[in-house]
Amino acid sequence: MNSLKVALVGNPNVGKTSVFNALTGLNQHVGNYPGITVERKAGKTQLSKEVSAIVVDLPGTYSVYPNSIDEKIALQILFDEANKDYPDVVVVVADVENLKRNLLIFSQVKDLGFPAILALNMADQLEQKGISIDLKALEQKLDTRVVLLSARKNEGIDNLKQSIIDFKTLSVEKMFDLKQIDATYFEMLEQLYPQHNPYKVWLTQTNTHRFEGISPLVSSDTSLQKNESEFKKMLHKETIKRYQLLGALLNEVYSIDTSKAKDLRMRFDRVLTHKIWGYLVFLMVLLLIYGSIFELAAYPMDFVDGLFGDLSAWASATLPEGKLTELIADGILPGLGGVLMFVPQIAILFFLISILEETGYMSRVVFLMDRVMKPFGLSGKSVVPLVSGTACAIPAIMAARNIENPKERLITMLVTPFTTCSARIPVYIIIISLIIPQTYLLGFIPLQGLVMTGMYLLGFLAAVGAGWVLKKFIKADIKSYFIIEMPTYKMPILKNVLLNMYEKSLSYIVGAGKIILALSVVIWFLGAHGPSDTFGNAEKIVTERNAAMDEEEMQNKIAEYELESSYIGMTGRFIEPVFKPLGYDWKISIAVLTSFAAREVFVGNLAVLYNLGSDVDIEEDSGTILTTLANEKRSDGTPVYNFATGMSLLMFYAFAMQCLSTVGVMKKETNSWKWTIFQMVFMTGFAYVVSLLVYQFLK
Amino acid sequence: MTLDQLPKSQPAVIKRINTEQVPLKLIEMGCMSGSIVEVLQIAPFSDPIYIKVNDSFVSIRRDLAQQIEIELI
Repeated sequence: MNSLKVALVGNPNVGKTSVFNALTGLNQHVGNYPGITVERKAGKTQLSKEVSAIVVDLPGTYSVYPNSIDEKIALQILFDEANKDYPDVVVVVADVENLKRNLLIFSQVKDLGFPAILALNMADQLEQKGISIDLKALEQKLDTRVVLLSARKNEGIDNLKQSIIDFKTLSVEKMFDLKQIDATYFEMLEQLYPQHNPYKVWLTQTNTHRFEGISPLVSSDTSLQKNESEFKKMLHKETIKRYQLLGALLNEVYSIDTSKAKDLRMRFDRVLTHKIWGYLVFLMVLLLIYGSIFELAAYPMDFVDGLFGDLSAWASATLPEGKLTELIADGILPGLGGVLMFVPQIAILFFLISILEETGYMSRVVFLMDRVMKPFGLSGKSVVPLVSGTACAIPAIMAARNIENPKERLITMLVTPFTTCSARIPVYIIIISLIIPQTYLLGFIPLQGLVMTGMYLLGFLAAVGAGWVLKKFIKADIKSYFIIEMPTYKMPILKNVLLNMYEKSLSYIVGAGKIILALSVVIWFLGAHGPSDTFGNAEKIVTERNAAMDEEEMQNKIAEYELESSYIGMTGRFIEPVFKPLGYDWKISIAVLTSFAAREVFVGNLAVLYNLGSDVDIEEDSGTILTTLANEKRSDGTPVYNFATGMSLLMFYAFAMQCLSTVGVMKKETNSWKWTIFQMVFMTGFAYVVSLLVYQFLK
Repeated sequence: MTLDQLPKSQPAVIKRINTEQVPLKLIEMGCMSGSIVEVLQIAPFSDPIYIKVNDSFVSIRRDLAQQIEIELI
């Protein structure tokens, strides 16, 4: 079997990832903010019965000159022949709308010596956009194969596959003569490196990439020895000259009636980037997102919660008595319920966020928010991490790679974990349901939903507030610039949106779920075991102390004593003094402590903890997590989850850095323990202080 | 006159670009000497601006626009 290597390159927002999906069938995400495809994306495709190919999807770029660390890494595969992804053939995906700009990178790829196929995406919209192309003439001018396709409608893919198979028939003649930039200089380079590709020689000189066997020129002749600023000028000139070449070339074969496409863009932009309407729409969009998370997800959530409560009761009633049954009924099932009950929220959130990305709306938000974010040491591009942070801080911190300015990038990464990630949703929902009455303000605004929106707002305010403080302490040494493309508005492709939603939910279940389940089982184990002198003799000790009690009360007392004298009870008692001023009893302390691995374990752990204490009277109440918590009483008979403790918990979870995975990503992205530890300490310290104040004030 | 001073919907031609300050990326997107440029939208507090140049739609900050010399047409 023959296997080829294919690289997909092209500008951002041309549907390159859709082409990748169509080729490989690998389900991937198509977004609209610049640089969404940051990591290496590769997939296998069957080109014909005999030939298969590994396709690598490069991040969207305008040229082969990298603009960020990310692009530099990704573009390596075009330069480095030893790289395992070094392609046999390059497919340049282009948008029919702005062909000249799209062809810039095509000409560069061809000059590197690759057989390059031009894939014109969105070809189904040629007429609608008023574009006419003379395909045959274009092929002739570019000296290659041009394939029209529509990834949206899955048209033209077979054609593209066939062109890839036939890559050996493609010409590898260069398109652009570098001597147009500076005749003397490039003539001299040609003489010095006669056997090398001139473009590679040039890329070496400009320090874009060091090619095997080519060394940067060192000369005492000042007319030949260029400094950095001269190279910059020459690179600008190269781009301009290539544009001129391509413009002349397209003149004869391509025409566009721009008024058609512009109309739609103008009509939308007039509202969406308007200085008042734009912000109102953005606010509405946020409210819609957070409202639907709360309102729509409530029904499936209750269902899952109830189901696992019933399952747990059923298991302990039906299965033979013993440690294994206890493990299933009190450890695994409540833990699993704690994972699965939040899938509806996560699915809805990602469904809506990917629609915003797909339509091109996200770039308008970046435009509107840039000036607003600037005083806080952030840029408009920080909106992307901050909004993604409402799903999960991990991809959000990685999305900050997109920010060219190092200072803005660092601040964005430091403050992003303050935004309300999906792992906090379980905690918020449970606590809000416990302490906020289910009433409607003015008869139609749900109070609980309003508090939830308030928590999101609080997370956002904490993020920008921290940015404002950090801005004063972090030094900037590189001048910032901000350039974003405003893509054409598009109808979202439902398939992409659904696949993204599915993938994100699955990765939550598999990734976070694993930790949650494992910790649930550990906590159950520690709660169901203890030192033999106290824990082992619980029944005897309690019976002796309370001889007069009736049978049922006695059973409860024993269970409670067992839990208190178990290993987890001992740990909880030990750390209780730390959390007591915040209003937490030892059970909550344990749940908070274990949450430092991942916040979402809080609810599951509480469920396990309380199930351990109450497993004697299951028949009375099938025990959903919510009712169990609501019924929990202090020694004086008042509920454990009163307003003060609830608010204190909300504040703690809003601000504390309780996610091992985020810490790991921070270390990787900042490449600095200093900033990673700094973030951990300032977030958690701040959380402790605020919770303390809130509890002491409300109590 | 520099690009940051250009009012909305008034076409102009780019005369000169300060290559020291303007990153290559902007040139690659089509913003180069000789191109026609038009401001489509200005964000509140006059920053950033949303321009159309060489069939590209781009948003840039005011400080960058100051590095681009233009002439009204």
